[in-house]
Amino acid sequence: MDDFIVRALLGGMAVALVAGPLGSFVVWRRMAYFGDTLAHSALLGVALGFLIGLNVNLTVVILCVTLALVLMLLQRQRRLATDTLLGILAHSSLSLGLVAVAFLEGVRVDLMAYLFGDILAVSNEDLTWIFIGGVVALGMLMALWRPLLAITVHEDLARVEGVRVSLVSMGFMLLMALVIAVAMKVVGILLITSLMIIPAAAARRLSSTPEQMALFAALIGCLAVAGGLWGSLTWDTPAGPSIVVAAALLFAVIFSLPGAALLRRLRTPS
Amino acid sequence: MVVGDRRILDGVDMQVEPGQIVTLIGPNGAGKTTLLKVLLGLVSPTGGQVLRQPGLRIGYMPQRIQVDEILPITVRRFLGLGGRFPKDRLARVLAEVGCAHLLEQPVQSVSGGEMQRILLARALLREPRLLVLDEPAQGVDVAGQGEVFQLIARLRDRYGCGVLMVSHELHLVMAAADSVICLNQHVCCTGKPDVVSRDPAYLKLFGKTMPAGMALYTHHHDHRHDLHGDVVEFDGPPGRGCPGAEAHRHHG
Repeated sequence: MDDFIVRALLGGMAVALVAGPLGSFVVWRRMAYFGDTLAHSALLGVALGFLIGLNVNLTVVILCVTLALVLMLLQRQRRLATDTLLGILAHSSLSLGLVAVAFLEGVRVDLMAYLFGDILAVSNEDLTWIFIGGVVALGMLMALWRPLLAITVHEDLARVEGVRVSLVSMGFMLLMALVIAVAMKVVGILLITSLMIIPAAAARRLSSTPEQMALFAALIGCLAVAGGLWGSLTWDTPAGPSIVVAAALLFAVIFSLPGAALLRRLRTPS
Repeated sequence: MVVGDRRILDGVDMQVEPGQIVTLIGPNGAGKTTLLKVLLGLVSPTGGQVLRQPGLRIGYMPQRIQVDEILPITVRRFLGLGGRFPKDRLARVLAEVGCAHLLEQPVQSVSGGEMQRILLARALLREPRLLVLDEPAQGVDVAGQGEVFQLIARLRDRYGCGVLMVSHELHLVMAAADSVICLNQHVCCTGKPDVVSRDPAYLKLFGKTMPAGMALYTHHHDHRHDLHGDVVEFDGPPGRGCPGAEAHRHHG
């Protein structure tokens, strides 16, 4: 196998391993659109990185976290509903990013690569970033697991039980920002949330505990990466979108399996 | 307590002692849940203060929990979310509330009454000194409601904890409640509900289906509330609040 395919597989699977468990929380907490908004703002982070000459991954994380904080503040007012706010922020930050990229002088930014990913061009340096980011994100998620699950089920109850709710939800946002920065290279900012949500949604059918769902989501994500890459090489299709299509196919298959409910029942110890 | 430009709670003065059951009743929008949230520290009051015993462990049972179908979670894992507990405590608490058989079921599959017991179990696992229950018998049929209240009384006797609970506008409270507070933005009246009402209207409503151990708390107001819950004066001097508080204290 060629080197670039191995790198693509490794990078893609590393991202899928983190995106699955994190995506489970995105699905449980009904934050799909929120994740999308953060991802859309990533392009502005890229432009910013080029502008001030900082590492692009770093500026993307910083920008996503800033946007998340702005959103938290804006949610305190009652006049606009959250989805309206998200719509405003998502599209204005994406447009701002596109405009900012156009202003960059002397740097040619491969816009398509950032928007839809360029997994076949993943370098060794990219891989290092993905692995470090992935390990940090997984570690944080494991540390936050129980309190995060508690506030997902019932925030007030968790608060009375001593969970520091705002600290935990801020940690969760930081995690999402980190994963977006890391996954950007693989599927691009427009498709990142799909790698979080589709495997998690597919995993629901097979799981009876939160941990099972996170694990299955990670595995389904890996399968989607492998399948998508294979399809991309076979039919010469764009790799990022092919991965998402593979994930969607897996989702459709798992959801239409007649035996899936039975499988779950068998898995539940009686 | 002011929310927006609406005064939700005003001049509420109350306390809960260890081993005492205090029941909060009042119509919709009376501020019962808001008062609980203030006492639990979930919202900070715009005025006034809440005094707690230092290090007070609170067990809280929120008003009906609906866990989304997308989140696969068993009763065992749900109970574990409150913290880590020794195994024998889990077994004991489950036996007390009578839902040991549900442990491996998905939370979404249990009935309303079972969910209330599971929530109670989660509160008890913390070995609380104060139990705060928001409508513990909601979604439970009348016979089941009696059981829930009897269970709470037993638990109080066993743990010696204070109990503060909200019951809906249905003036159906446990005979063992040590104190009833009727709330409608202010404290309308407080009293001991130790006499079963002879009121024919109540008897007609609940008659013999009333389980033992429950009493109806009837009381007379010296003012009325209109449909919006605002105080409408009658028979008393003008002005907001409860003129002559003694006069409408429950006569039981």
